Formats: sequence, structure tokens, C-alpha cells
Amino acid sequence: MTSHFLKSRTLWISVAVLAVIGLFGAFLLMWRPAIDPIERPTTFDTAQLQRGARVVEAGDCAVCHTRPGGEYLAGGLPLVTPFGTLFSTNITPDKQTGIGQWSLPAFKRAMRQGIARDGHFLYPAFPYVHYRRMSEGDIADAYAYLMSGPAVHAPALQNQMNFPMNIRPLVSFWNLLFLHGEPLKPVAERSEAWNRGRYLVDGPGHCAGCHSPLNLIGAEKSSEYLQGGSVDGWNALALIGMGQRANPWSREQLVGYLRADVVDGHGTPAGPMRPVSLSLARLPASEAEAIAEYLLSLQSPHSVTETTPTTQPGPPADHSTGALLFTSACAGCHGPAAPMREIDGRPGLQNTSALQASSSRNFLKTVLEGVPAIPGSPGPVMPPFAASLDSDQLGALAAYLRQQARPDQPWADLSSTIEALRQETK
Amino acid sequence: MSESNGLNPSRRAFLRGGALLMAFTLMPVARRALADTEVDTLGTVVLAPDLPGSLRTNPFLDAWIRIGADGITVYTGKVELGTGVKTALLQIAAERLQVPASAINLLTADTALTPNEGYTAGSHSIFDSGTALYNAAAQVREMLVDAAARSWQIDSSLLSTRDGVIEGPAGQRLTYADAVKHVDVHQYAEAQSPAMAAADFKLIGHNLPRLDIPAKVSGGAAFVQDMRLPGMLHARVIRPPRPGCTLQAFDAASVEALNGVVKVIRDGNYLAVLARDEWQAIKAMRSGIESAKWSGGEAIPEAAQIHDLLKRLPSRRYPISNTGNSSGAADTRFKARVTKQYLMHGSIGPSCAVAWFNDGILTVWTHTQGVYPLRAGIAEMLRLPPERVRCIHTEGSGCYGHNGADDAAADAALIAMRVPGTPVRVQWMREQENLWEPYSSAMVTEVDAGLSQGRLQDWTYELWTTPHNERIVNAGRLLPARLLARPFASAPSVPIAQPEGDGDRNAVPLYDLGSTRINMNFVTQMPFRTSAMRSLGAHINIFAIEASIDELAIKAGIDPVALRLAHLSDPRARAVVERVRDSIGWPHKSSEPGAGIGFAFARYKNIMGYCAIAVKLRVHPQTGEIRVDHVVTAVDVGQIVSPDGLRNQVEGGIVQSASWTLFEKVAYDAGGIRSYDWSGYPILRFTQLPKKVDVHLLDQPGEPFLGAAEIVQGPMAAALGNAVANATGQRWLNLPLTRSTQPA
Amino acid sequence: MSQITLNVNGAAQPLALEPDMPLLYALRNHLNLNGAKYGCGLGQCGACTVIVDDQPVFACLTPCAGLEGKKIRTVESLGSAEKPGPLQAAFIEKQAAQCGYCIAGMLMRAQSLLEQNPHPDEQTIREHMAGNLCRCGTHLRIIEAIKQVAGHNGSLT
Repeated sequence: MTSHFLKSRTLWISVAVLAVIGLFGAFLLMWRPAIDPIERPTTFDTAQLQRGARVVEAGDCAVCHTRPGGEYLAGGLPLVTPFGTLFSTNITPDKQTGIGQWSLPAFKRAMRQGIARDGHFLYPAFPYVHYRRMSEGDIADAYAYLMSGPAVHAPALQNQMNFPMNIRPLVSFWNLLFLHGEPLKPVAERSEAWNRGRYLVDGPGHCAGCHSPLNLIGAEKSSEYLQGGSVDGWNALALIGMGQRANPWSREQLVGYLRADVVDGHGTPAGPMRPVSLSLARLPASEAEAIAEYLLSLQSPHSVTETTPTTQPGPPADHSTGALLFTSACAGCHGPAAPMREIDGRPGLQNTSALQASSSRNFLKTVLEGVPAIPGSPGPVMPPFAASLDSDQLGALAAYLRQQARPDQPWADLSSTIEALRQETK
Repeated sequence: MSESNGLNPSRRAFLRGGALLMAFTLMPVARRALADTEVDTLGTVVLAPDLPGSLRTNPFLDAWIRIGADGITVYTGKVELGTGVKTALLQIAAERLQVPASAINLLTADTALTPNEGYTAGSHSIFDSGTALYNAAAQVREMLVDAAARSWQIDSSLLSTRDGVIEGPAGQRLTYADAVKHVDVHQYAEAQSPAMAAADFKLIGHNLPRLDIPAKVSGGAAFVQDMRLPGMLHARVIRPPRPGCTLQAFDAASVEALNGVVKVIRDGNYLAVLARDEWQAIKAMRSGIESAKWSGGEAIPEAAQIHDLLKRLPSRRYPISNTGNSSGAADTRFKARVTKQYLMHGSIGPSCAVAWFNDGILTVWTHTQGVYPLRAGIAEMLRLPPERVRCIHTEGSGCYGHNGADDAAADAALIAMRVPGTPVRVQWMREQENLWEPYSSAMVTEVDAGLSQGRLQDWTYELWTTPHNERIVNAGRLLPARLLARPFASAPSVPIAQPEGDGDRNAVPLYDLGSTRINMNFVTQMPFRTSAMRSLGAHINIFAIEASIDELAIKAGIDPVALRLAHLSDPRARAVVERVRDSIGWPHKSSEPGAGIGFAFARYKNIMGYCAIAVKLRVHPQTGEIRVDHVVTAVDVGQIVSPDGLRNQVEGGIVQSASWTLFEKVAYDAGGIRSYDWSGYPILRFTQLPKKVDVHLLDQPGEPFLGAAEIVQGPMAAALGNAVANATGQRWLNLPLTRSTQPA
Repeated sequence: MSQITLNVNGAAQPLALEPDMPLLYALRNHLNLNGAKYGCGLGQCGACTVIVDDQPVFACLTPCAGLEGKKIRTVESLGSAEKPGPLQAAFIEKQAAQCGYCIAGMLMRAQSLLEQNPHPDEQTIREHMAGNLCRCGTHLRIIEAIKQVAGHNGSLT
């Protein structure tokens, strides 16, 4: 009886102690203090601002933190994740709705640990796992640049995250698992450009955020670093072994592509890569050259997989419908007589990554969504065809163009991919 | 280096005697103003120098107004370019005939029917044709009333007119159509017209809804593009990749074999396809482009060097203004170089024309600005007598100067001659318009201005430009004619004289100056074909002048608007400036970062409409993006004909000039012109509009009409530039006003 | 030639067309409808904008093949010069045209917005209309005309 009592009492105490320890641990894990608000700094060093502008460009801050048609860096862009929809926040120095009260230490903590000034956990869609690898100087420069800009009053939009990811403190567990990595140190035996490229790719550029596959809880699979991922329904290319694949990238092609040019063999970036490339185009060319140097040094662990032709059973497909659709809808820009081809010497569509890729997704996404114009700036544009071509037509067109690009490897599952993409974009 | 880089004191030698001076009266008050050569490039002859407006070239009253049993027909040699001028001219004619506007059938330029008023250009339509109609209509009405008075044997002062009927005190009634039987309208107009008090106007100065808008919002046939003649064939042209190329090979047979193709035309370097259906023509054109092999071609300069190049190319130097003695004393100086890039008209609808060679007469429906000069050019090109060519104006997409309209008409004419009896429609493709329309010239200007004790002293200004007026004075000015196996050469370039000016338009400040040394270097070797586009050189000249005024004021610690007022003696100029100053609350601006306010003023050509503008904007300190928050303008164009029409023109000028000034430049390099479509030539979109625009109209009842369409272009550009300087503390002097085009 | 029946402005139109013909040329040359205009043929300017089912499309790049069974509407469907529909009436009232070449496309782009969002605010209107170009500078009046319809509790019919 006593022993029973004692036993049960011991058990009870043990449970209680464990619970307290657990709660305390959870508290430690999930609680972060606020960092005191400051008055927004008013004086800045011009040279630092110039450096900071380049860091912010290299970090693609505006790509997510500016809504189309919205104020620069004032947030509001919806980011669709498997766990719900997030809205990017206002990172202008507005006191109430932006980061106007953030001190440099608070900004650094956000960049390296994903904690907001008031102590709440930021979702890892904000790539602090990469930004934590940036240099102290770059973070301080970016901070100065952000704090120097015009304050925009733009309250955060309500995120629409699913349970349980709507409970922010749970991000702490995610951090426990995935938040490591230190500021990058140069590799002595590599060139300066290579080291710069690696820094841009792994630090501010956070390329792996899109170009590595994600695991079930939205973290990059470190074992498959830069081996290709997906974002907003687009395939993000594998960035390793770029020089060795069936449609290889030369340094010149890659530099041009990274800077939003139209390059023979690959075309021009579309989808989420377009704004990234436009950012890179605003930086000195040496930055894209450094990225190219680094990326082209990354060897694929696998042999080139794309070259095995899938033999086509049965009679050759009839592409006459696709050919007619091309004349009707595409040839004005992409036919051999189009000014883009005649005057600018742009490649035929068969010489683009989208049509060379083993997946039809990027081609289909480009046709469905187009390439929007940047108001006031020249550059390639393409209208969206989602309402102009039905799914059968899109399939026929894709099959026809794929046949010209890779006659040995027709795309399988075109119609199901098209249906899936149409559902996603609804 | 230059063929004749010396002075050319006889600049005016090319002007026809007497053409320069014209009597210009709206009210029959003798008031002389200098005018016009921009519209008179070819074919107009001054027959009656003392008559007002275009009556001096077309003095017969029945050239303007004919009255018959079928009603009243009013003729104008001007055309509707999308400015609403047709409605405004109708208002004037109806007012002075004292008939409802709906009683008049107004016909615009047609070489078989209407007076030759040269070109519809230079904000001249109301100034020329409106003034002619104002006087001719009143004189015709007076003749009709006099005829009635004679037949009723009473004094004409006892008669009144209403709705086309003359009424006597005893209830007598005589319609205009009956009265005209007793009148010979085929006679010269008088210099004096019956007076009418502006207070009595029932149509002039009042809004009449535009005649053309209902059809344009409902799919009515409104444009030459919409013409469908029986059996009409569709043509497309195939142009070389750049000027000066030679056709080496072309597989006409394979194009002819395509479905629906009726004919493939090859004449030297000239290529065109003709098909039954428009889509078939497009496909044939594409096939032809693929098969055509070209060689050679003119070198295209590098864009970065264009302004240095302009200063090195062969040019003629024209003195523009040389007044006063240089004081040499200035406590404040401003010296600067200002540049502008090539601009494109960029009409939304590429050029189009329909032609039909039938029974020995070639009829061309065209959106040209000048049917008579075009007729002469086409006749020469086809070696036809001019009377066997008829050009009828039919509206096209908005016209802002010498675009592809004439060349497309020449295309249609050439092709129609190959298929006698069959109408032919030629539609240019977007890239053909963008690559082959004449551009607005790139320019460079250098200013050196001095201020001494608050007074503007020496004003030295030198500008370099290619021509702004390569109008159709011979067949060689028509692009297709240059491509033929027996090609025509363009006539030598001649600038428009002051006071209207060419590249030097508005190069002379209206401000009271101690002395001026203003010269134009007229570059005759054109890297690109250039010609008239709204406001010609005034866009950059006003930009440069107003930037200088601002800089001098700022350096001297004087308010820039006060400095302007201190040097403007014309009360109407002062009035628009003061209205804008007070309306915008000058010089107050918002406290937001990057906010700026800027002011500008000009009187168009120094003889036409007055315009002052102030702009509030923000230049984003980080991105350099410019957002225009508020534009306030005041304009004085004399007697206003249609207040809403004027407002529409002024608003449009503000938006269009903002687009030119903030975004536009033709992109090119040694490889070619890259602005072949809207992706390579971005223009303002809805998201970049000014947030708010206020237009103040300062009416001048009874004063001469001064024209409206182009008065805003220069001042708007200048106000933007001054506001950007105010916002950034940096003086951006290279157009367009983007951060990347300014020196670091 | 291929036989195709297009449903345009509520009427079935059997047509014999080149099988690769874009809608614009069928509307203009085979149905004699002037509303949709050729502006660029590249889907950049919006002068050819028409509505297919409930979506605005560039008629210059939309193949006729595939449109069978869909409801195509051009500016002619909104009303006539004599009996303009509400949006057309607003454009007339505001005198929202200069040359007017872009206007039919503007009307159809605006119509598609108002059908899906009857009371858009000005910023929404500006962003929605940004795909269509105007060169005369009539933008301010076009917005005023759309706002007038968007504001008057108005149905579009």
C-alpha cells in the first residue's frame, strides 16, 4: 500500500518534474526576448549605403518584400507554401509597421536566427538559414541601407497558415533541426571569384531555397544540395553539373542568363527566376560571373541521366495541330521571320532550357503565365496564354515544340501536368 | 568635317515671298502675327496675303462653304488626327453660319473636294482653318441675309437667322438654300468679317460632344483600318533589315505558291505580297522575310556616342537670335549640356492605307497629315499627272507628327498600280512602324546663362539637331520610292524658319534677356531618318531653358517662379504663371522623403498658346523610381472653342510628355534598332500615371485662336526635370529622366 | 480551309477559315466587326482585347481553333452608337477618347474587370488596365469613365 503509494507518488513527482523540466525546456526553446526598440537612425555613411544597396540586391530582398505595383520593400507579396499562404512583411523603416524600431543587433538576430525584434519566430520562408552565413559587414550594410529608405506605412497582412504551422513557436523545433551553418569562410585554394560566387550562392543569394529539394516539413535536403527543387509550380533547375548535362551551360550562357538576357541554348529566365535575374542585372557583371564560376565548378554526383532516349512505341505522332497553333499564336515572336529572331538574333524555342528540360512544367508555366513587362523598362515580355489556349491545344503545342527540341524524348503526362498546373494557378 | 559649317545668314531665303507674314485676325481687328511654315511645305500658294487664316491660301468662299438643296457642306483642308479638331471646326462654322451643328456636313481633307491647307500640324488647325471658317462662314451668312434683304427690299439689319432660315420682321422666311440662289459664293473673302461679340457665342466656348466618339466606343467604322471595299485584296510589305540594304536573293515562286497569294511584287529592293485574305498575306510576308537575303546597309552608330556624333556630322549653322550686347558681367552663371534621345511617335495602330487604281484614277485613302503634298509625291513616284491621283483623308490611329502614314499610302499606291481595278489595303506590322517611321531627332544643346543682380543677362545657347520636317516635298521623301529599282532621292533638308522653328523651336526664351547668342547646327547627314513629332525641338529647348532659369534662381537665392515673373512682361504669360503658382500652393511640397516640386512655363513657338505647369512628385531615394503625384497647369490658347476638347488635349499632352520625358528612347546599337516593339520601347502605362491632374483654362473671349495640341509637351518635360532636381538635389540633364542616363 | 462555328456576341457564326487563323482576323475580315483592332500582333498593347467566356484575351494571338463552344464577346456586344451600354455611355459622357484606336480594347478590358469586381477602387483599376496601352494620353478619362460605372451600384447590363 505504502510502497504502492510511494511508487505512485514517486511516479507522480517524476512526471511533474519532467513536465516542469519539459516546460522549462520548451520555454527556453520557444521563448525569445524582445530587443529594445530604438529611435530610427538618421545619419548614414554614403559608402555604406552604396554597399548596402548591393547586398540588398544580391539578397533579393525586394523580390519577396515588394508586391507587384506596391511600394518598394513594403511587403504584401503572397508566398504560397505547402503549409499555407504567407505574406511578406514591411521592411521599410516605418516605426509601427516596418523595422523602424529595430536596432542592428535585432536585425542581426533576425538575419541569423529568424527571430523578430519583439521575439516572435519568423517563418523559414524568410531565408535566415542562408542569411546567417553572410558576413557581419554585409548584414550591417544591408541594415543601414534598409534604415535609410522612406518609411512606408503598410501593416502586415494576415497569414493563412494551416494548423499546426499557424503556431509560430513550433518553428523553434524546425530551427533545432535545420538551423546551423556559420558565416562562410573563403576556401584558400579556390579563386577569389569562386569564393565570391559561393558566398553569393549560399549566403545572400540563398539559391538553395528554391534549387534544393525540400523535405516534408519544408527544409532543404542538405544531402541534395542544389540538385533542383520546385517553387510556385516551376521547376528550379539543378545547379550542379550544369556543364555536363545534355543541354550544357557555358560560362557565357550562364552569366547572360543570370543577368536576364536571352541566351541561345537556354532562353531567358521566367517565373520566379525572372526578378532574381533582374536583381543580378543591376549588380556589377562580376557578381554573375562569380556565381557562374562557382556553380560550374559543382560536379554532379550522378552521371548525366537525361540522355537515354525513351524509344517511342508506335507510329510517329501527328504534330500538325501543334504546328498550326504555333503559326497562329507563337510565330509572330518565335517564328523565323519574327523581329526577335531576325533583329535580336534570339534563339528558336527549341534552343531553350524550357523545351530541353525533361519536365514540361517550365515550358507550360511560361506559356500559361507569360513574362510580365516591367513598367518603364525594356526587356523580353510575353503575354499569358492561359485563357487563349485550351488544355488540348497547349498539349499539342508542347508536344510539337518538344518534338523539334528533343525528338528522341517526347514529354510524357502532358495532359495531367497541364491539368495540375491549371488547378494550381486557379 | 562639315560640308559648310559656316554661318548661313540667308536662312529665310527658302521661304516663298510673302509666305512668312500673314494677317491673322479672328475678330476683324487688324493684328499681325508672324506665322507658319510648318504646314505649308508644298503646294500652298498665298493668293491673298491680307486675309485671315487659311483664307490667304484659299480665298474663295465656296472653297469652304457650299449650300444647296442637300444642305450645308463645310470643307476643311485639315484632318482629324485624334484631337477632336473636326468637332471644334464644326462648332466654329455652325456658330458663324448660325445653324445647328447637326445641320452641317463637314468634309475633311480630300484633294478632289477640299481646300489645300498643307499639313495638319504644329497646333495650326484652329489657328489656320478655324480662323478661315470663322470668317468665311460669317461672310457667307451675311451675303445670304443681304440677298434676302434685297428681295424683301428692307434693311438687312432688320433680319435675323435661325436654324438656316432667314426671318424678316413681317414674318418673311427664306431658307439659306433658297437665298443662296441669289448669291455668288465663288468670290474672294473680304478682309473684314461681320463682328460678333464673344458673349453671344452659343457654340464657340461651349462643349459639343465629339462627333466621332460614339462610333469609336461601339465598333463603328472609324478608321482607314476599318475600310472594306468590294474585292479588296490585302497586302503586306517586306522591308530590309535596315536602310541601305540590297536584296541579294528572294524566292518569289515559293511565296506565290502559298494559299491565297495573288501576287508577289519585287521592284529593286522593294518587296510586297498581295493575298485574298489578310491572314494569308501575313503568312506570305513571313515566308518572304525568311527567303529574302540582304546585304550591305547603312552603319548604325552606337547609342552611347550619338550626342558626340551629332556634333561632328556635317551641319549648317543658323543664327537664331542675336540681340543686345554681351555684358560679360554675371554674378551667377549656369553652364550645361542637355541631351535628348531619338523618340518614336508610336501610334497604337501601325500605319495603313487603301488604294484603288480604277478607270485611270488612283484613289488613296490615307491617314496622312497632308493629302495634297502626298498626292504630289505619289504622282511623281508613279509618274502620273497629279490630277489622276486623289488622296482622301481617312482617320488612322493617333497621329503625333510625321509617322508612317505617307509611306504606307505610297505602298498602297505602288501595289494598287499592279492590280488595276482592284482595291488594295496595306497594313504595316508593328515592327515595320517602329523600324521605319521617321523618329524625333536626338539632340544636344549647350547653354551658358548669366544672372546679375537678379536680372537675366547673357544667354548663349547652341543646339545640334537633325531635321524635324522631312515632309513630302518630293517622291524621294516617300520611303518606298527609295527602294525601287529606279529609286528616287530625298530632297535636301530644310529647316522651318523662326518664329516657328525646327530643332530651334522655342530655343529663344520668352523672358526679357540682356543679350542672346542662339544658334542652331542643322545636321544634314542623318544617322536615322527623322522628321516632325509634336513640338519638334521645343521639348528639349524648353526643358533646357527652364532648367537654367531654376538653377540660376537657386544659385542666386531667388524663388524660381518670382524670377520668371520678374522677366515676363506679357500679361497673359504672367497670368498662367500666377494661376499655377497660387493653385498648387507654390513652393510647398510634402515632407515625404524624395518629394519634389517643379515649375515651368513657355509660350509655344513664342507666338501660340501659353502654358505654365507645376509638378509634385517623389523620386524614390533607393530605386530612383519617379511617381508623379500632382500636376497643375494653366493654359491660355486665346478664344477657347471647346473647353472639354481643350482639357482633353492638355491632359493628353501631360501624360504623353511624361512618357517621353520619363521613359522613352529608341534603343539601338551597331546590330540594329532594338525598339521594334513595345518590349523594346516601353511607354507609360496606367500604373505610372500622374495621380492627379488639374487643368485651368484661361479663356480669352474674342482673342485669336492659338492652337492647343502641342503646347504642353515642353513645359511638362521641364516641370518634371525641375521637380526631380528639387527632389534629389541633382540636376538631371539627359532625357529620359532615369537615374541610369545621368552621369554618376 | 476548315469549317468552324464561332459564337460571337451571342450569335452562332459558321465560318470557313484557314485553320491557323487568329481570332482577330476572323472577327475583322470574316465577321466585319471593327471593334477589335490590330495594334501589335504580339499581345503587348491590348488594342485587340476581347472577352472569351469571362476572360479578357488578346484576339491577335488567340487561335480560332479551340474557340468552338466558347462565348466570344467584342465591344459591339456592349451596345451601339445609338444605344450605348453603361460602360460605353460612361466613355461618351467622359469623352474618354482622343484618337480612339485603343478604346474598344480598353472597354473590353474594363468590362472584364467590372464583371468580376463590380466596384473596384482606383488602384485596382489602374493595375488591371496596365496591360493595355494608350498613346494619346487619355488614361485619366478612361479611369474616370470606369470609376463612374464602378461607383453607380451599376449593373453592366
